[in-house]
Amino acid sequence: MAESENIVAETAEKIFADLADAQTINHDKHGAWKAPLWQALTEAGLPLSWVPDDLGGSGASLAEGFSVLNVAGRHAIAVPLAETMLAGWLLTQGKIASPEGEMTVVPASPKDRVTVGADGSLSGRARGVPFAKEAKHFAVLASGKDGTSIALVDAAKCRVESGIGLGGDHNDTVTLDKVQPVTVKPAPKSFDQTTLMLMGGVVRSLQIAGSLESMLDISVRYSNERVAFEKKISKFQAVQHNLARLAGESAAALAAATSAADTIASATSLDNDAVFLEAAAAKIRCSEAAEKGSGIAHQVHGAIGFTIEHILHRYSLRALAWRDDFGSESYWAVELGKLVADRGADELWPLVASR
Amino acid sequence: MTAALRFDPIRLPEKCEQLRKEVRAFLAEEIAAGTFDPHAPNREDNDAPEFSRRVGAKGWLGMTWPKKYGGQERSFLERYVVTEEMRVANAPTRRFFVADRQSGPVLLKYAPEHIKMDILPRICRGEVCFAIGMSEPNSGSDLFAAKTRATKTDGGYLINGTKIWTSSAHIADYMIAIFRTSPPTKENRRHGLTQFLVKMKQPGIQVNPIGQITGQFEFNEVVFTDYFVPDDHVLGEVDGAWKQATSELAYERSGPERFLETYYVLTELVRAVGKNPDTRSAEGIGRLVAQVHTMRRMSVSVAGMLQAGKEPVVEASIVKDIGTVWEQQLPHRVRDLAAFVEETATNRETLEKQLDFAIKTAPKLTIQGGTTEVLRGIIARGLGLR
Repeated sequence: MAESENIVAETAEKIFADLADAQTINHDKHGAWKAPLWQALTEAGLPLSWVPDDLGGSGASLAEGFSVLNVAGRHAIAVPLAETMLAGWLLTQGKIASPEGEMTVVPASPKDRVTVGADGSLSGRARGVPFAKEAKHFAVLASGKDGTSIALVDAAKCRVESGIGLGGDHNDTVTLDKVQPVTVKPAPKSFDQTTLMLMGGVVRSLQIAGSLESMLDISVRYSNERVAFEKKISKFQAVQHNLARLAGESAAALAAATSAADTIASATSLDNDAVFLEAAAAKIRCSEAAEKGSGIAHQVHGAIGFTIEHILHRYSLRALAWRDDFGSESYWAVELGKLVADRGADELWPLVASR
Repeated sequence: MTAALRFDPIRLPEKCEQLRKEVRAFLAEEIAAGTFDPHAPNREDNDAPEFSRRVGAKGWLGMTWPKKYGGQERSFLERYVVTEEMRVANAPTRRFFVADRQSGPVLLKYAPEHIKMDILPRICRGEVCFAIGMSEPNSGSDLFAAKTRATKTDGGYLINGTKIWTSSAHIADYMIAIFRTSPPTKENRRHGLTQFLVKMKQPGIQVNPIGQITGQFEFNEVVFTDYFVPDDHVLGEVDGAWKQATSELAYERSGPERFLETYYVLTELVRAVGKNPDTRSAEGIGRLVAQVHTMRRMSVSVAGMLQAGKEPVVEASIVKDIGTVWEQQLPHRVRDLAAFVEETATNRETLEKQLDFAIKTAPKLTIQGGTTEVLRGIIARGLGLR
């Protein structure tokens, strides 16, 4: 997924470079950067990358969209690009046209449920919904008597309790109390909440991998500038070895996330053990890398990296926050462990080797 | 970006799956015939010469090499499949593994034609075992401090000195070693070492096995006393071994053996835990499986880059660094989880024996074939820090 092979990711990269400079955003107390960035992303058709033309989107491939998300992670993008892409993808699964503007998905955790009532209204409570406060519409996955449904919901009809997540972005609680959706359609066969969580997990994995690439980049650069004990700190073996470990964590996250994305992009069905292994493992491994990697990045930076003025926290805290969305690494580890145990000891290697 | 690390999602091509089936069927037959016990990695010094010949007869040794030297001209990805299946089955690969992975490719690149024609087909038939002579009593990671001398004489060189920690030297037919032919220069301390092909089991070479903490005798001290090596056994440039060492390292460092050495304890843990694990066991297994899956995806990715003719030296070093650290921790994590396995689990004794062996094996994994410290130095150089 090199950018040179992907014009969509190149477009995103250019927009982020022009309008989402971390330094500028970090010093902008009034959020003036936000509207021009969202407008440029919208004009380029990126928020609805995964929505086909006839449903109101720009019809990019899954692979192209995934590389946009990796790039977005590298820039620690703080607008609901990933969320709107995921919402558009979910609506497309229900053959529902996507509206303009910011969206997010409900629920965003495997524990929360939305149900469809007899009158077709939606009820439920979803915590930790990223960017709900900034979204105009929600793409909702709900279960009812007739199975799983996908719905487009007007955000104004739901109660949104505002919250700020670890990364500094909106992370809100959404309550639906007999809300009539704009549109509701049955989900495709075998599409359920696990499918949505796996896809959401891969989205977050790619963002974490991207943020780790940037943490490595700025940590290496800083170590080559900062002088202590009369030499650049990059010349100390202890610092070199820490950065080598950060490179390893970054590499592992990138490998796990791009492998899972590639698996989903080329899968005919998302309901199989291979997709489950790839997506769950990516979320687990990337989350573990987020902890180890951001720890090293901060250690290399010393006190300056702990200041609000420095850009490091834009990457480190988001990477840590993204661990919690669409199922934490602990959740997925339990689910993956159960799957492996159920298949049996002698079927573990064949599963791993099948990838 | 400072560090453009690449780990593209390479998949093994379709034809690898047919090969994988053949390898599994072969290994199942060998196990059934009693050649080796896949549950007993701690077997006593079983170097299985007949098994080596049967693997050779299958065409699975030197499989990427030219046909005229006995190879199959197959891809590195196909070789990868054979290697990982053998490793996971705990097959006795000691006799052929070094020759197939490392020594053969060095000969292919640097040996004169008549030596290639003589030795490579025998490697492919599983008839010869190789050792690598790098470390010396006072030069381990600091390879370029090697002192064992090769002194020019009529028609060749006389070797005097000692190699140490030389795996398989006690059964090896050949060794590829580096010896000092000139002193280092002021400008280049790596100058002055030359790579040689050494025929073992000859007068002038004494092999002294060294016991390991696992109870095995796998590595050795090798003492050379006026041992004669003919001129045509020089591999590559005299005094220039340092230029030759680096490109092979990517092959040596990124293979499945760099994260699967203790894998068997994970399989056995899953067996002991059974179909309905408690939350703790499930989470523990899930995290370990996520790790091994990721390691394998990274390792296959490097194999794909090698197949494409790239030299992913930094990526390969990363695979060995995090792969060996992981396989070293694995038995300890499995031990944590095994603490709560039911007393009635039928494989409890097998698991305990395996853990005992894996925990004893673990310390060497981050030392052999390039220590963690050396690898991190290479990665740091790749990052532009040195």
